[in-house]
Amino acid sequence: MLPLALVTLWSLSAQSSGHLKVGEPTKVAAARGATVGAKIPVTVDPGFHVNSNHPADDYLIPLKLTWTSLGALEGGEVTYPAPKLEKYEFADKPLSVFSGAFSLTVSFKVAANAPPGPGVAVGKLRYQACNSNTCFPPKTADVNVTYQVQ
Amino acid sequence: MSAFRFSAILSVALALGLLAAGCGSAVAVRAASLKPEKERKSAPDFTLKDADGKVVHLSDYRGKVVILDFWATWCGPCRIEIPWFMDLQRKNRDRGFEVLGVAMDDEGWEVVKPFLADLGVNYRVMIGDDLTAQMYGGVDALPTTFLIDKTGKIAAVHVGLASRKDFEDGVEQLLQAPGAVASAGAGDVVVSLSAK
Repeated sequence: MLPLALVTLWSLSAQSSGHLKVGEPTKVAAARGATVGAKIPVTVDPGFHVNSNHPADDYLIPLKLTWTSLGALEGGEVTYPAPKLEKYEFADKPLSVFSGAFSLTVSFKVAANAPPGPGVAVGKLRYQACNSNTCFPPKTADVNVTYQVQ
Repeated sequence: MSAFRFSAILSVALALGLLAAGCGSAVAVRAASLKPEKERKSAPDFTLKDADGKVVHLSDYRGKVVILDFWATWCGPCRIEIPWFMDLQRKNRDRGFEVLGVAMDDEGWEVVKPFLADLGVNYRVMIGDDLTAQMYGGVDALPTTFLIDKTGKIAAVHVGLASRKDFEDGVEQLLQAPGAVASAGAGDVVVSLSAK
């Protein structure tokens, strides 16, 4: 019988990079070969917003989480929350944005041959923040998810 | 709730009379957001290239009133103001006025040139760099726009989306200030612009 592989996911630390903070993901355990999910909480400073993953206009820079290293995990598909449609003075139509506190949901599959032990999935969250009359250059926040294959 | 960050305080005092000969019948305008002349500091000179690859120094514009606009293609508020600046350029360029745009897009001309072409921007635009941004205080928030008087000093700074009237009144007051010239050249007010 194959040994049961358990994976625990959690963040190394909260990451902050100007008007947006990445918090600690939920802890998840799963068997080797199974699909596991993690929630990555994100907080945008009061009075600010970031463009959603599907902004209202092509020129706007979307929120996007990409993985640079998954370790023993596979997939890493990101599900973004439903955006808010908010009207700002500088746009003719409502913009598709995220503001306040929200979470990204990530789906991993534990590799069938994942070796027991710890690892880290490393990602980058790119975003571009504005308030009601000012915008700030796009920035990237680190997303480090550690796991333990048991 | 007002969305204006720094510039909503601008107001206009109406006509005080006709200006002296040579200035036509322009109405004197007073923009409250302009700093008193004694409090103005020199606008740092910079060296950047425009879309044609030509070198641009701010000091090339000594003797003119200049709007120096830091912006980016991804900046919604910036996109609101740019048509205002195009209008100001169209109406006032023969009066000794120029708009200079400094695009802060990391992708540079690849994204900026198509934008300029689509909108038909009628003033010079350069790609900004860290050095220039630092000289002007970092310019992290966009748009950030400097109104520079004929002596090369910063008369006003607008951070964030301002009102069109703020810019129109500010430019008009600076153009009407003594020593206004139609264009840089012999006999113009010449000052040194020092880089910090």
